[in-house]
Amino acid sequence: MLLGFARALRTAGLPVTADRERAFLRAAAEVGAGNRAAVYWAGRCTLTAAPADLGPYDQIFTSWFGGESLDAITHREMPRVSTVQAALTDGGTSAEDVTDQTLRAAASEVEVLRRRDVAGLAPGERAALQRLFATLRPCPPTRPARRRTPTPAGELDGRASLRAQLRGLGEPTRLRHRRRRTRPRRVVLLVDVSGSMSAYSDALLRLAHAVVRAAPRTTEAFTLGTRLTHVTRALRQRDPDRALLDAGASVPDWSGGTRLGETLGAFLDRWGRRGLARQAVVVVFSDGWERHGPELLGEQVRRLHRIAHRVIWVNPHRGKAGYRPVQQGMVAALPYVDEFVAGHSLATFEDLLDLVARA
Amino acid sequence: MNPDEAFSSPDALADALAETGYLAEPGLVTVTWLAHRLQRPVLLEGEPGTGKTALAEAVAELTGRPLIRLQCYEGIDATQALYDWDFPRQILHLRTVEALAAGESRDADALEAELFDERFLLARPVLRALRESPCVLLVDEIDRADDEFEAFLLEVLSTWQVTVPEIGTVTAQRPPFVVLTSNRTRDLHDALKRRCLYHWIDHPSLERELAIVRSRLPDVDVALAEQVVAVVQALRGEAALVKPPGVAETLDWARALVALRASRLDVELAARTLGTAVKYREDTERVRQVLDRMLG
Repeated sequence: MLLGFARALRTAGLPVTADRERAFLRAAAEVGAGNRAAVYWAGRCTLTAAPADLGPYDQIFTSWFGGESLDAITHREMPRVSTVQAALTDGGTSAEDVTDQTLRAAASEVEVLRRRDVAGLAPGERAALQRLFATLRPCPPTRPARRRTPTPAGELDGRASLRAQLRGLGEPTRLRHRRRRTRPRRVVLLVDVSGSMSAYSDALLRLAHAVVRAAPRTTEAFTLGTRLTHVTRALRQRDPDRALLDAGASVPDWSGGTRLGETLGAFLDRWGRRGLARQAVVVVFSDGWERHGPELLGEQVRRLHRIAHRVIWVNPHRGKAGYRPVQQGMVAALPYVDEFVAGHSLATFEDLLDLVARA
Repeated sequence: MNPDEAFSSPDALADALAETGYLAEPGLVTVTWLAHRLQRPVLLEGEPGTGKTALAEAVAELTGRPLIRLQCYEGIDATQALYDWDFPRQILHLRTVEALAAGESRDADALEAELFDERFLLARPVLRALRESPCVLLVDEIDRADDEFEAFLLEVLSTWQVTVPEIGTVTAQRPPFVVLTSNRTRDLHDALKRRCLYHWIDHPSLERELAIVRSRLPDVDVALAEQVVAVVQALRGEAALVKPPGVAETLDWARALVALRASRLDVELAARTLGTAVKYREDTERVRQVLDRMLG
């Protein structure tokens, strides 16, 4: 019965492995399996690993031990996504028939597609663009770390030099040097998925998926709208379509209203201040359209600027000819933004990735 | 109190902790008791100021064992945590031997054994914990260290022995009671979490916080304690502060008021002593509103 409870938790998505199950059984044996409250705490300390797990744990505990008997564990089916391969050129041409000219035409088609605005694509072109996302090569930005590593020349390493001297009976020998290592710097992506950004949401999330896959442990992604949703776990999957499906399932406010300032504030309070955004490169994808007045948005971007290493604001409309930031939310946020760039086509996404890598 | 008595049952442990002044929730008591019985470390996560470090101190006090503290920071490595050799002293020893025994030949092995002797070994917290067992080892703010250090710590926590190549293997007779604390600035490695018993410490309820204040500061006026706790609970719950005050801040505020010999908390006194509880300038405006509403 206890094992069934642990399995039910695993189906719900908690990271329950075999050794955790064993630990839970031992702990339950120690406290006495008849004591409901003690079993609750024994399970909580061995089977959960983060505050986010506590909600599902409580629900499953009350449904499992609450007096109602469950006959079967319902498994959640992973959605099977079949990707349809569409040919870039018209079907029917075999390899030998493809001439130089066709190849060149195809290459320039791809080039044009890269520069086209995502919002204005037809569905067939959209599918072609989605495959091109696989060609993106995001590179995580780096920062100097505290650990040092031996090098032939550089800063003097006192301890290693002394240790080497010991081998020579205390005679001064060759000096040892060391330098600082580099580590990847954290990248935080905040994607606005409200109604005004709905034409770009899909492309931006695919971009976020590419960035998360390039550096899964040091990249975090959130969606902003009327709520703040943490989508990193969904985006860590390898298949982009499945990742987007999972992310879409977890975001409740697609194409809804805009409470940009509030959700940004919620991000800073719950995640950013704790350390997720500290000394990180934060990229905000939004058009700055804020219904509730620009002061809150300006204040939150100011807070973000204070703790982040770089704040990069990506506005899909920036790349369009004749764009001027007159919209009030954008105007309030601009003074605290380090880089204000365009983000409407694959080419601009590549430039953005370059910027992030050099940040 | 005898450690075996204190850990005989969760209720006995709760009483023993209360005697030292640490009032714990039943869940935390159960987890601590389980950790002692199963000989696993406790991983405590929670907001700053909720008493994570205080638990280790309370357990050390109630069992009468030494508390050994390892403060983690970014870039900490095994040398800082485990042991190091005092190279300058070793070199001096060599020179001394050389100078005194000029002409005579010395046995090389004996000289080497002298050189890597106990007196040149700088035992850092983890090695000290293994040697002075049974004890309480507090690994504070493990989230500030990096992945390599976590891997090293995991190895030590699993096997409870350390090999110093020149001296030999040091094994703990009884594994120490280990408390790891984390502020959740980053996610810890799953392997380390699996090894530990995990507990999230929340801010306490109004009654419990009042009991904590009265237990730690016996000479505080009851009505004053009630006022302070009510204000702090309101600040935590309603005002969207950048940094909500924790139990540690409540105790500091109460101590400050006791030092000022206040018997009642009013708006002016609160404004003067606000620095003990609220630490961000952006919060002062919202705090003023709450104070005006509750005390004005």
